[in-house]
Amino acid sequence: MTFDLEYLNLGRLDQLSYRESPVHDLDPRVKVLATALFVLTVISFPKYEIIELVPFFLFPVLLITLGDIPVGFILKKVLVVSPFAVFVGLFNPVFDTRTAVVLFGIAVSGGWISFLSILLKYVLTISAALILIATTSFPGVCQALRRLGAPALFISQLLFLYRYLFVLMEEAMRIVRARDLRSFGKRGREAKVVVRIIGTLFLRTVERAERIYRCMLSRGFRGDIPVLRRYGIRAGDLLFLVLVVASLAAFRFFHLTELTGRFVQELVQ
Amino acid sequence: MHMADALLSPAVGSAFWAGSIAAIGYASRKVKEAVDDKMIPLMGVLGAFIFASQMINFTIPGTGSSGHLGGGMILSILLGPFAAVLVMASVLTVQAFFFADGGLLALGCNIWNLGIYPCFIAFPLVYKPLAGDGKNPKKILIASLVSAVVGLQMGAFSVVLQTLLSGKSELPFGTFALLMQPIHLGIGIVEGFVTAGVISYVRSVRPELLENVTRSRPLGAEVSVKKVVITFAVLAVITGGALSWFASTRPDGLEWSMEKVFGRPELPEQEQGIAPALKGVQEKTAILPDYNFKRPEGDTKYEAEMPCWPNVEKATSVSGIVGAVSVFSLVVLVGFFVRAIRRRHA
Repeated sequence: MTFDLEYLNLGRLDQLSYRESPVHDLDPRVKVLATALFVLTVISFPKYEIIELVPFFLFPVLLITLGDIPVGFILKKVLVVSPFAVFVGLFNPVFDTRTAVVLFGIAVSGGWISFLSILLKYVLTISAALILIATTSFPGVCQALRRLGAPALFISQLLFLYRYLFVLMEEAMRIVRARDLRSFGKRGREAKVVVRIIGTLFLRTVERAERIYRCMLSRGFRGDIPVLRRYGIRAGDLLFLVLVVASLAAFRFFHLTELTGRFVQELVQ
Repeated sequence: MHMADALLSPAVGSAFWAGSIAAIGYASRKVKEAVDDKMIPLMGVLGAFIFASQMINFTIPGTGSSGHLGGGMILSILLGPFAAVLVMASVLTVQAFFFADGGLLALGCNIWNLGIYPCFIAFPLVYKPLAGDGKNPKKILIASLVSAVVGLQMGAFSVVLQTLLSGKSELPFGTFALLMQPIHLGIGIVEGFVTAGVISYVRSVRPELLENVTRSRPLGAEVSVKKVVITFAVLAVITGGALSWFASTRPDGLEWSMEKVFGRPELPEQEQGIAPALKGVQEKTAILPDYNFKRPEGDTKYEAEMPCWPNVEKATSVSGIVGAVSVFSLVVLVGFFVRAIRRRHA
């Protein structure tokens, strides 16, 4: 069932973030900032841009290899999820049929070019988010956001949600299994039954929250979640940030791909 | 329903991020003022509950397709709008990171579409007046249905607007709206039924629970919610306006699409009004207006009249493709190289 698969996927991404590598060692704040800048730069390209987006693949490739993250796992996640961008982008070839360029005798319409551009941007931005989590861990990102000025209440909210996500998913999984064992075919999937199931899950959730609160009070909870791990910005972190900003600017403002293409053509001739 | 990074322009994405950050900051302050620590774990765990409940699919009667609980409405009813916005924002954040729903820049838009509309508009302006004291199951059903539909319709329309303003998609406004609105009408009705069902079920089994939850929030005070709505509207206009000015130095987004949107025959007078004004701003603010590398995206006139691939000379596009292939191979090679080195070290 997709349910179990999604749950395992969630855990896998979390586990990856506990590895040790130069990328994992970087300060979370630096990584969050770098990722944000990366996404903004990629998105800032105009709609008909394809070739100048190619150099940007250097970032995910370097982070994945330096961070010891399985390529297949990230690729699978990128390809499987969220068809919305692809779905909307598919209309571009339908509505924009003007020939933009003729390649080897085939007329390519502007719509296909902008669709391909959307696809490239989609792969780049989504993999950036996945890589950030896989090398930083969700609590790490939360701490970074906190240090960058996000409200404390919102951050503890995020941390709670993350912590109990796994617990409640297992609870829901048990309920779904119990239902599946007791019903055949489509029975047990009617809205009426499901509403009751969700209601039960809700009651269990609230009761659990009350227990959690009492436990936390007895352990000295005062409305804030303290962190054990201390981060500090070191020279290496600054160097990483400077390198990222410099190369993003270079990739954005110079036509690197075209220059490379001319260079290669001249080499061949 | 989730807006995606690839469809956004930086100006639109940042504008909605600014709005959502303001909303989160304001809601955090409100919740902290009015609520005891007890709410913090409750909110967090309820966010996890929204996730878990989305895993329980059910068949929609008569269609055979499956639906699930969206969350914004039920959270507003249970926790009040301010806490609900925070929970929705955190749910969407986790979705953006782990399920790659949308992406990081689009997260601002998603919080706006799926959090702020249901919690700050549909709940106080639709649900509360319709539900009354919240004791009559029929009233709850009608109120949940209408408010869930209203919230989702606004969210869906906002996705259409964001996509249009970003100018990455070719979908005409009418077609896109006609695609999005009916789909989300169905989703809204399902969400309304499930919301009402869960609320009524909880009320019948453990009524004191609902009372407790509702009593621990003197937050829903209408006056302040109205103030919030107005503040956000003003904020959105200001940030959108400021960013579009700023963005006009990098024009592919807002300005270009404004020309496209308002340049349509329905609003001919706008074309004369807005586009030249923006062009003027752009000419004044462009850092190096005639510098070569900016020309393809820097010249609006070029974009507007001939929306083609930059420099449609054959030689250029061939060298572009050769370059793309070589750069891509180079990137892959770098990857293998780094991996090999790391293997040897390990």
